Amino acid sequence: MNVVILGATRGMGREVARLLAERGDALVLLGRDLQPLEAIAADFRIRGARSVVTARCDLADAATFGPALDFAITTFGRIDAVVLSAALFDTQERLEADKERLLAVLDVDFTKTIVFCEHARERLLAAGGGKLVAFSSVAGDRGRKTVGLYGAAKAGLSHYLESLDHKYRAAGLVTVTVKPGFVRTGMTAGLKEPPFAGNPDAVARDVVRALDRGAPLVYTPTIWALVMFVIRLLPRFVMRRVGF
Amino acid sequence: MRGWGGVSVPADERLGEDLAALTDGAVLTRGLGRSYGDASLPPPSARWVAGSKLADRLLEFDPTTGVLRAEAGLSLETMCRVFLRRGWFTPVSPGTWFVTLGGMVASDIHGKNHHVDGTIGKHVLSLKMRVASGDVVTCSRTEHPDLFFATLGGMGLTGHILEVTLRLARIPSRWIWRQSHQMRDFDELITGLERSAEWPQTVCWIDTLATGASFGRGVLMRGRWAEATEAPPNLPKPPFQPTVPFDAPAWTLNDLTIKAFNLLYYHKQIWPRVQGIVSPRSWFAPLDVINEWRRAYGAPGFTQHQCVIPREAGTAAVRAFCDILARRGGSGFLCVIKDCGPEGEGTLSFPRPGMSVALDLPMRSDTQDLVDQLNAFVIEVGGRIYLTKDALSRPEHVRVMEGERLERFLAVRRAWDPELKIRSALSVRLFGDPP
Repeated sequence: MNVVILGATRGMGREVARLLAERGDALVLLGRDLQPLEAIAADFRIRGARSVVTARCDLADAATFGPALDFAITTFGRIDAVVLSAALFDTQERLEADKERLLAVLDVDFTKTIVFCEHARERLLAAGGGKLVAFSSVAGDRGRKTVGLYGAAKAGLSHYLESLDHKYRAAGLVTVTVKPGFVRTGMTAGLKEPPFAGNPDAVARDVVRALDRGAPLVYTPTIWALVMFVIRLLPRFVMRRVGF
Repeated sequence: MRGWGGVSVPADERLGEDLAALTDGAVLTRGLGRSYGDASLPPPSARWVAGSKLADRLLEFDPTTGVLRAEAGLSLETMCRVFLRRGWFTPVSPGTWFVTLGGMVASDIHGKNHHVDGTIGKHVLSLKMRVASGDVVTCSRTEHPDLFFATLGGMGLTGHILEVTLRLARIPSRWIWRQSHQMRDFDELITGLERSAEWPQTVCWIDTLATGASFGRGVLMRGRWAEATEAPPNLPKPPFQPTVPFDAPAWTLNDLTIKAFNLLYYHKQIWPRVQGIVSPRSWFAPLDVINEWRRAYGAPGFTQHQCVIPREAGTAAVRAFCDILARRGGSGFLCVIKDCGPEGEGTLSFPRPGMSVALDLPMRSDTQDLVDQLNAFVIEVGGRIYLTKDALSRPEHVRVMEGERLERFLAVRRAWDPELKIRSALSVRLFGDPP
């Protein structure tokens, strides 16, 4: 498979890319800075990736999306999947206190992410189809005290991704929405760890399985599907009382 | 945060991909936390340690020489998975693959092939470290050799290991050819082990509860990489790994169940000799197939006592040591004997020529007393213990065992870290560091 990944230098995106590399896929790594991309590209090559190329693409800068995806297509001739795992994150307290940061998080995680997916959609459909895997979050499933602002962007993103899958699956574009629960990555370092925390390598196995099967929605670690099922059922007056 | 055996302290592990940034101001770096005692735990005054396990990039590999440069958080499991299929393997494998490269260096780990290939340090070419001053330095046998040798087996106390360059071993196939022999008593076991020295990998399991005529009985296991013509063409499949879901209740572990376990382990092979092809994982790291196996010891946890009894002391000393165990009881599921080759280059490297004896000890009220008794014996015969496994040894015992080696180590450490910024719970307990 030829896969484009935005967000492969760290966290869950990096582990997904590693699994793809170990089975010999060809990768186009997109990212803001080329230096860390080149460093992680070496890791993927040693693991067995058929080919790895890098290109600059900043999720905060929509002008970079089209050229980066076009570069990927001209490099490999054909792109089978686009994986988007990059995002911004901050705690509710920090976002409430810092409007600049809030603006950046909402803009990148919602607006720019959707615009990037639209660029990917056009190009995948033009080539007769493909797969789009985007990382949303369980934080978008319910209005919660602890992740309200970050969760709002992810709720909007989940909504968009679902509609995209409904509309274009018949035309060959399969959209996979990934909703990770709490995963021990650099992004969540320093946060209080809830039960059912997962590791990025296990998450990556779930994501790659969903990518291969074309599953429309994947909660990972799997137990979070159950956790969020219950959370979604809770009435508002209960939700208002719990600290989750 | 806890050590593998269950010693715990209230502290956090800060994880991140950028280890150089993460270790800035850190008192200690922790890998996968598989050292049994307090080696990976911070001193009482510190609230956090840097966790290296996300800093695990493969940086450079030369397929002609097998030289690999990788970040210190790379797990041995990943390294084996990636390189096994390409015909390369770690030059030395400890009894678990859930360890990091940095941890392997800091413990200067040894394995079933110690009598032939030495410790991991022998295969390490250079290290990139963040030392206490905050500087990032590269050390090797020619560049800052004092730091390099003190870091091999230095328990992470000389600086934060960021990158490791080592030479992997070429292997003829991806499978192991092994024989396992029942040994009916102590003499048969020891002679069996010594006569197997031409095998590249050997180890003995010993039934510490057997007494009388069957005292010292056990199973001798010896192996080598299978030749390409003997081995199956496919790769070993990753094993099914069940998890022990919670701590076993205290009553599950008593002398009766341990006796039953030992009996079963001894008789698990119907024939006195079994041989054939096995996967490297099940050969080198048999316990890895059960996640969180430590929970079988219940909430009190366990520790391990591993010592090396020098060759000069003779097999009589090994027999006397096992005799203490047989008489005292109180040991756990596992007691492993292995002959060691020449001493490693690391200033505090554990193995030296002789017999290494490792045994699990469930934590009980009398465990401290047993460890003291075993250590007194080790001192008497001129041996030493493996700090990575230790939780209960006393500083005065370790000072006598290590003697001048410890002075040399502490001198190098003081030269690089005069204020003792880099410390661990272990260094406070054993080396008298400020808390």
